[in-house]
Amino acid sequence: MGVSHVLLGVLADGPAHGYDLKRAHDERFPATKAMPYGQVYSALQRLQRDHLVEIVETVQEGGPERTVYALTDAGRTELASWLEATEPAGPYAADELVRKTVTALWRGTDAADYLQRQRTVHLGRMRELLALQASVSDTTARIAVDHTIFHLDADLRWLEAAAARVADAHQVTHRGEAKA
Amino acid sequence: MSEIQFEARGVRKAYGRTEALRGVSLTIGAGEVVAISGPSGSGKSTLLLALAGLIRPEAGEIAYDGARLDDLGEAHRTRLRRRQFGVVLQFGQLVPELTAAQNVALPLLLERHDRAAARRLALGQLERFGALDLADALPGELSGGEAQRVAAARALVTGPRVIFADEPTGALDTVGGEHLLKTLLGAARDNDATVVMVTHDNRVAARADREIFLRDGVIA
Repeated sequence: MGVSHVLLGVLADGPAHGYDLKRAHDERFPATKAMPYGQVYSALQRLQRDHLVEIVETVQEGGPERTVYALTDAGRTELASWLEATEPAGPYAADELVRKTVTALWRGTDAADYLQRQRTVHLGRMRELLALQASVSDTTARIAVDHTIFHLDADLRWLEAAAARVADAHQVTHRGEAKA
Repeated sequence: MSEIQFEARGVRKAYGRTEALRGVSLTIGAGEVVAISGPSGSGKSTLLLALAGLIRPEAGEIAYDGARLDDLGEAHRTRLRRRQFGVVLQFGQLVPELTAAQNVALPLLLERHDRAAARRLALGQLERFGALDLADALPGELSGGEAQRVAAARALVTGPRVIFADEPTGALDTVGGEHLLKTLLGAARDNDATVVMVTHDNRVAARADREIFLRDGVIA
């Protein structure tokens, strides 16, 4: 559901059409592959089917017809619960973690609280893996566990850097407000 | 949680205009292994030093076994630290004029132990940390990681009830750090000792029963 939730996050700022959504997605995730139009529209269809978004307008200004989508109340609730829930600290959590954190930061959600809770989840998983590592005597198995532990460590460092950047950005904003 | 050993309430400490701790309250149970983590400058080391009675907070209170640390006289606090606390600071902090074995024996000699018995206990601790071959080396001859192992041996030689460690594996690589931590935590468990360690290494924090995460001088 990751990409769909990012679209919900963009729509939380106000109604938009497919092209706006694609552009907003690509701006927010410059390090990932640009989102194909086909994926935007199939995601929107699914979201509409699930009553998370609705069509509010169909405009035609000379060019092709453009459909404007808006978030429904159910969509707003879904977005909020996605942002609220921590991600499993599994090997494939990283992408969803990045999507969620970036979306939360754009929404101005209390990211510090989320980051702290996610840290607890990751650290808990790391604790389990360290116990597992201590219980095996086979060196190759230990090395394999190391790989996952180091990835969790990288996630944790990234979460920490994200929290520090959020704090820094707040300070800059407040300094700016104080000057103005 | 087990019986409460440390209780801090509203602890504040500033260095000049920089507030290192801005109202920290916590409890630590006897025998617990606690990691204090957080970004640089978040107040981790200051909190550790305050709990160990090495610095006095400007406001708030810290109780150890129900008695307020700041109410105790300097002599009483020193005695408490020598007998019940073992401290491993960053970079080892060994006395440069003494050999590794003399450094480890020092806390025992300060408590008027017999010199030969102190040396025997010191060598036992060095062996535990795989540092017996370093016994006669001077701190200047040790690598950072070796100095940390000697400092850990010194912290444990009196069989303390509480072990305070500031970045105990900071100068060691992954495997070396793992060995030191395993020995340190194993020794603590054998003595039912409490461990309070400052770390910015997530893998060290994950070894603790509980993490206290500081941000800007408060618990996040």
